[in-house]
Amino acid sequence: MSMVKRNATPLIFLLIALVVPLVTDNQYYLYILTLAFIWSIAIYGMNLISGYTGQLTLAHAGFFAIGAYSLGLLTVDVNVPYWLAFLLACVITTVAGLLIGLIALRTKTHYFAIYTLCVGYIIYLIIYQWDELTGGVRGLIGIEPPGAIGPITFESAESNYYLVLAFLVLTIVFMKFITESLVGRTFVAIRNSEELAQTIGINTMKQKLLSFVISTFFAGMAGALYASFVRFIGPEISYTMTMFDMLTYLIVGGIGTMYGPLVGTFLIVTLTQSLQFMEEYRMLIFGPVLVLLVIFYPRGIVGGIQMWKAKRQYKKQQKMAKQASNSSTYGGGD
Amino acid sequence: MDVLAQQLFNGLTIGSVYSLVALGLTLVYGILHIPNFAHGALYMVGGYATLMSMTLLGMPYFIAMFIAILVVGGIAVLMERLVFNQLRDSPPIHDKIAAIGLLLFLETLIRVIWGADYRSMSTPFSDNIVSFLGVTVTTQRILIVVAAILVMIALQLFLKKTMIGASIIAMSQDREGAFLQGINANRVAMLTFFISGGLAAVAAGINAPINLVYPDMGHLVILKAFVIVIIGGMGSVPGAILGGYILGFSESLGATFISAEYSDIIAFVLLVIILTVKPQGLFAKGAH
Repeated sequence: MSMVKRNATPLIFLLIALVVPLVTDNQYYLYILTLAFIWSIAIYGMNLISGYTGQLTLAHAGFFAIGAYSLGLLTVDVNVPYWLAFLLACVITTVAGLLIGLIALRTKTHYFAIYTLCVGYIIYLIIYQWDELTGGVRGLIGIEPPGAIGPITFESAESNYYLVLAFLVLTIVFMKFITESLVGRTFVAIRNSEELAQTIGINTMKQKLLSFVISTFFAGMAGALYASFVRFIGPEISYTMTMFDMLTYLIVGGIGTMYGPLVGTFLIVTLTQSLQFMEEYRMLIFGPVLVLLVIFYPRGIVGGIQMWKAKRQYKKQQKMAKQASNSSTYGGGD
Repeated sequence: MDVLAQQLFNGLTIGSVYSLVALGLTLVYGILHIPNFAHGALYMVGGYATLMSMTLLGMPYFIAMFIAILVVGGIAVLMERLVFNQLRDSPPIHDKIAAIGLLLFLETLIRVIWGADYRSMSTPFSDNIVSFLGVTVTTQRILIVVAAILVMIALQLFLKKTMIGASIIAMSQDREGAFLQGINANRVAMLTFFISGGLAAVAAGINAPINLVYPDMGHLVILKAFVIVIIGGMGSVPGAILGGYILGFSESLGATFISAEYSDIIAFVLLVIILTVKPQGLFAKGAH
């Protein structure tokens, strides 16, 4: 019961999310929501390494693309059954993450950001130039929708919506579990001070690698879902612009917070999709928003709300303490 | 042999442009410890400022470039005042995110104003062809090399011979010490950003006539400038110059002898190899 109470707000939102397809049969809304959920999964991955462990990675669009292309190529060219391809896509991305992480994480702060930015660009250039494998600038078309699980098929927009929602819920539950565990606290210790974490006996390289590998797993999973949902992928999903979009989702929602990735992604994806003119010019608004947030609300919307709540509670306590002390001191009156 | 000479000269040209961009980046990093991801946007704005001064205002090429220096330098100073100065005591991750925000904003702003078209810039030097030592080049390419070297010498003289230059160097060596000597940190920060922006504007102004002007033109250049700065040691002025030419030559030779399609990848592979071997970068100056 207490668990339900503690997570009341997220559970209410989950309930709303579950009801949405029953209330509306507008395919377009469902499409946008599903897209927002998919990106959220990838942003949750990014949040773990950048938000909780403090290593700003700029390669996640690349890992997203590796997941998407793995699934696309395996189903289109090799005819692997869908769910096996899905699993393989996650594995391929994670292995790539492990290999890149092993080298990238030896670099620190600015170097890590620049290194990962370059890794992301290399992934983009390979996808763009390697015509025979990836289709180059034309991209991949005709990717399969998710295969049936037993009697359940995923051909309608509603069923896709529920499938992606299920993956998102699993992602959030996993992230909640890991960030509240000892491992998660180790990540935060590294974020606060890598030297200090080392002094208290944390193998920081191993922990950073763990965080990075998990984050690439989720980026790959989101990529695979994206490929089978949109059913067309092009090299631009690995481009630096996509990376910056992802960073915007994370910063607006709140980097290093539990629900920041969901809030930021949901807000911006729905906003840009519903206001068509924003598609091209969105950065005219989001660029300054990014700067202002970093200056005034470095922990985004969710972090801001948490701060506001904490302050209110503090004031309440102060007030109560004051009242208590007032009544005890001047209780008798004069 | 002719091909080799031609490619070496191309390397010299590209290297000159890279060096100028990397110089601005390394100055800001060395003095203020900000990896300015928005530097590529400054470069791009420099290209547009030069082009628009020529086409809209009808300015001659060199005056247009001078206007571009003022415009881009001014934008860079604004960036420092409005954004990076506010973030002086924030964790390093914030600088990078803010810089990316600025980059996206400037790019979109230019796209809104002038559209996404690729524009060409023609200068009095574009069509003039000169041959020497078996190499055939346009005077524009010679101008690039000469102008870049002149600017680098001027910068070096400014840093070494003037009082303000000395205060910039002092601040890069020891911020607190410089402060104790009565150096106005704000003034040095603004000046550094102005110079950084000015260098980007010159680089764009001289390079645009042999390339094109478009909103994304800064993307690759800035990534490569970061590679150069890491090769040359973050914050090192000679390192940025040397690194720029090393990259310029490896790219033009790589394009001829390995593959033209993948020539852009050379810089990144170079970086990946360097950081794989030396995670602190070459010539790291201790911990920041």
